[in-house]
Amino acid sequence: MIEVLRAPAGAFVREPAINPEVAARWLVAFLQDELIARRGIHRAVVGLSGGVDSAVTAYLCARALGAENVHAIRMPYKNSSSASLSDAQAVIDALGIAARTIDISAAVDGYLQYEPDADARRRGNVMARTRMVVLFDQSAKLDALPIGTGNKTERLLGYFTWHADDTPPVNPLGDLFKVQVWELARYLGVPRALIEKAPSADLEADQTDEGDLGITYARADAILAQMLLGYTDEQLVERGFDERDVKLVRKRVDSTHWKRHLPTTAMLTNTAINEFYLRPVDY
Amino acid sequence: MAARSNGERSPARFDVRLVQLKPSKGRYAENLAQSGEIFAQIVAEGTPDLIVFPEAAMTGYFLEGAVYDLARPARSFADDLVRTWRAHAGEREVDLCCGFYENDDGTYYNSAIYLHAGRTDYEIVHVHRKMFLPTYGVFDEERFLSRGRRLQAFETRLGRMAILVCEDMWHAIMPTIAAIKGARAIIVPSAAPGRGIDGEHELTSITHWREILRATASEHGVYVLYAGLTGFEGGKGMTGSSCIVDPRGAIDVQAPEIGECVVSGTIDLRESDLARATLPLLGDLNAVLPDLLLDDELPLPKGRSQ
Repeated sequence: MIEVLRAPAGAFVREPAINPEVAARWLVAFLQDELIARRGIHRAVVGLSGGVDSAVTAYLCARALGAENVHAIRMPYKNSSSASLSDAQAVIDALGIAARTIDISAAVDGYLQYEPDADARRRGNVMARTRMVVLFDQSAKLDALPIGTGNKTERLLGYFTWHADDTPPVNPLGDLFKVQVWELARYLGVPRALIEKAPSADLEADQTDEGDLGITYARADAILAQMLLGYTDEQLVERGFDERDVKLVRKRVDSTHWKRHLPTTAMLTNTAINEFYLRPVDY
Repeated sequence: MAARSNGERSPARFDVRLVQLKPSKGRYAENLAQSGEIFAQIVAEGTPDLIVFPEAAMTGYFLEGAVYDLARPARSFADDLVRTWRAHAGEREVDLCCGFYENDDGTYYNSAIYLHAGRTDYEIVHVHRKMFLPTYGVFDEERFLSRGRRLQAFETRLGRMAILVCEDMWHAIMPTIAAIKGARAIIVPSAAPGRGIDGEHELTSITHWREILRATASEHGVYVLYAGLTGFEGGKGMTGSSCIVDPRGAIDVQAPEIGECVVSGTIDLRESDLARATLPLLGDLNAVLPDLLLDDELPLPKGRSQ
């Protein structure tokens, strides 16, 4: 008998991998090019929520632009968790970046007083959009660019407020799954408390992302990474994923394509913008 | 330029510079001016025999419909490039190779020009029109451009060469044909948007490129001169990594993926002879090629080529 060397069974059900050093190097260069080289802007404004995404964004901005050129804005609503404020403070202290806290309660309630029956989803959307009003105004005041913090998982699952979280013109994390953001956070030295706590939009008491979504990020990301390569639901289940999880993820992705696009414009001519008249964003 | 080797019409050794740059999108005149400054820097340290620029070096790569604003005839582009050279290098002789979007009487190509600038005049030696236009995922070239129809090796004062633009190089048959047609050096102007973050120490697309370049060089015993754009275009980062690969597949020098730079090296075509003597794969291929191409199962046209 001679030895038989077998190819290892590929782990199909696995979280998407990342080399955080490579990713960090690339994202720092991205921020430097997009802000300084292309736009001539040397300062960034980051809405610091106390979560890991905005923390990683702030760390990358500090590397790219220098901590002195990064401004953190905390924008709590009156029922926001106090832990969010203190976790954001930990990032501010660690990086030594300028920070300001602007309570959005009065602005949000100024409108919602006319809509007392608004449910949690509507209230959350108003808060998210109000935060963007503040962030963009602060960026104008500070001659800075607002930096987006949305990750690939929430973009794919549609777990964000359209024309709110996704609004900033430059986003370093949008092609990273949540589990990759966590890995990047560990590499960058983000305080452990932010990495280990349950992610939350913090729009309602005791809210968690994974509770809202009905699936853990680890499981969703493993599915998404393979789904985006073109595998059908049947193939994903056949290769080891849970059928309920696959259906849940597929439904969320397929029902939210519109959230990943600009508004639909009626095409009437052969010079329709972005249909016939095509110019790249950096032209 | 060093002495010629026996039997060679061209010099065996020559100096090359690969310019890895980050053009401002669409700002043709500004990018030409920046190239002039690079020319000045290069000649301050001695005049090389050949300077190579990346794909779409004077405009940026992702242009969409703006390609029709910026494409120009090969002669016009050559005039601009030579005028820029003259402004900073005077009457020094040089060969220049540069990628550009070409407008050929209303037909548009992703091209690369090779020209020889003499003391007072210049000659367009060759224009290669990219044949493999990536049109998938992030790429949309064939929506806006026509593909080239012919791959040629061409004689230069420095030796016989071929140009393959970016994806041209990813199809093994292309450098193979270039080598069969006698190319001793393959010039690869490129604009390669990076991706793949689970590699060991670099983006996986950079690793993939290097494997292709090294395998090509060692299989055919040719030099590969790879000039890559760097910098981000709308979130898509060009991977630079300009390099000179010798005919045994060793990397003589490689630029980092990020940042503008000039890669400097010496090409010695006698190395190509020695590599081919040690590993005569190209000779073997020449012997076997007729049998391969006469295979009726290949989807080849049966008529004479034009």
